[in-house]
Amino acid sequence: MSESESRNMLQISCLQAWYGESHILHGVDLTVGEGELVTLLGRNGAGRTTILKSIMGLVGRRSGSITVNGDETIAMATHRIAHHGIGYCPEERGIFSSLTVEENLLLPPVVKEGGMSLPDIYAMFPNLKERRNSMGTRLSGGEQQMLAMARILRTGAKLLLLDEITEGLAPVIVQALGRLIAQLKEKGFTIILVEQNFHFAADLADRHYVIDHGSIAEMITRDNLASSRDKLNRYLGV
Amino acid sequence: MDITLQTVMSQVMLGLNNGVFYAILSLGLAVIFGLLNIVNFAHGALYMLGAYVALLGFTSLGPLLGMPDFHLNYWAALIIAPLVVGALGVVIERTMLRRLYKFDHLYGLLLTFGLALIIQGVFTNFFNVSGDPYEAKPEILNGAVNLGFMMFPKYRLWVIAISLLVCFGTWYVIERTKLGSYLRAGTENPELVKAFGVNVPLMITLTYGYGVALAAFAGVLAAPIYSVSPVMGAEMIITVFAVVVIGGMGSIMGSIVTGLLLGIVEGLTKVVYAPASSTVIFLIMVVVLLVKPAGLFGRES
Repeated sequence: MSESESRNMLQISCLQAWYGESHILHGVDLTVGEGELVTLLGRNGAGRTTILKSIMGLVGRRSGSITVNGDETIAMATHRIAHHGIGYCPEERGIFSSLTVEENLLLPPVVKEGGMSLPDIYAMFPNLKERRNSMGTRLSGGEQQMLAMARILRTGAKLLLLDEITEGLAPVIVQALGRLIAQLKEKGFTIILVEQNFHFAADLADRHYVIDHGSIAEMITRDNLASSRDKLNRYLGV
Repeated sequence: MDITLQTVMSQVMLGLNNGVFYAILSLGLAVIFGLLNIVNFAHGALYMLGAYVALLGFTSLGPLLGMPDFHLNYWAALIIAPLVVGALGVVIERTMLRRLYKFDHLYGLLLTFGLALIIQGVFTNFFNVSGDPYEAKPEILNGAVNLGFMMFPKYRLWVIAISLLVCFGTWYVIERTKLGSYLRAGTENPELVKAFGVNVPLMITLTYGYGVALAAFAGVLAAPIYSVSPVMGAEMIITVFAVVVIGGMGSIMGSIVTGLLLGIVEGLTKVVYAPASSTVIFLIMVVVLLVKPAGLFGRES
């Protein structure tokens, strides 16, 4: 691991999670270093989204340990967890239809110092500025995705949980998102990416966790990616 | 029958006077339903409670405290009754409603209906069902104003003005401010708002508190007009629920506008055929349910 990864931004051990009666995660262990970009790969229903939701406390019940920057958050109420510097971009993007674009942008409270200002964000996403008074869900899918990303960059969160951000978007938008993610990594953000689009993920990530049946099946570093292709294809069922 | 502009305008004003009560109560219901997903059947009982806080504050609080000359005046009651009832709402939400969010709407409805019956039953036991007069109407609101087409009681004019102010003030806060954006977002997707770091459970508690405080406020406004009785809420709430059904749950402006309009429709019905005035709202409700089941301002889901 490189120097910047020496400190663990996120450490998960023995994480189990339930939705009602269904037991989804069966003992997940993973760590993410500061400034690292890791992906969670796996088939639909393997538990990748549930890992992100568990980090945010959005599952019915969870046990084990999740430390963020050294602070244990497993027993914490959901609304406190974000204040440890986490920004969450949910799978369905979560743009609020009764809020304007700007209200959507300003909704998440600032959780840490050093977030981007509104002018910075508008400079980075000029489309959002142009449409700031439109209702959130009037935007195109790509614009909504940009909004969902921009929204958490304002809060000062340093750990970003991004769930399927390329899903259903045109290739040109996916490319733009790729550039954005690379830019964010350069700025020192720590990123966990749940991704279906393996090519998108492969170019960006330092490491990949393969999730299968609610636990970690494999951890593959960028260097071992080429040699692990067959194994990976088996897990992903492609 | 003679229908003159004068009789029409008079009934419009009197209808508007009823309409502001419908508006303020259905607004509270809409705000509560939006965020809590609970149909607050206790709303009428809490409206009644607001009136009783004003009444008892005026007649009994002084003697109870050993100060027979102390009377809680009307203006103070307008502030204190909503605070007292709002605080009671906070306790109800924290200790009871909170446990029901994970279940179907129906359970919240049943619980609040039970609460309404309990509150109303207790008050029926101790107070006069046919009502007690509230005699603390301030001097300045006595008398009538000449509106040109009629002499209109000053007090009723005040009720219309302050209610409209409260209704549209609430609308403004919800639709146009940062605080309101949390409420709107929380209504749509509370889990995500929580994940962003907003204390949604607290927001829910305060929203319920505010919603029922509005009911108490309406109760105090009603006290000098109608006599204060344990069943005043039960009578009012039936009409208000019809208003809510017509307007559609969850729309803030919809609940206000529908409340006002139906008050006026009721008034106008008095001009045309007075006996129908108490049923016309229910007729409209039936028609709306048949034609647009989500209500005039409701969104089909």
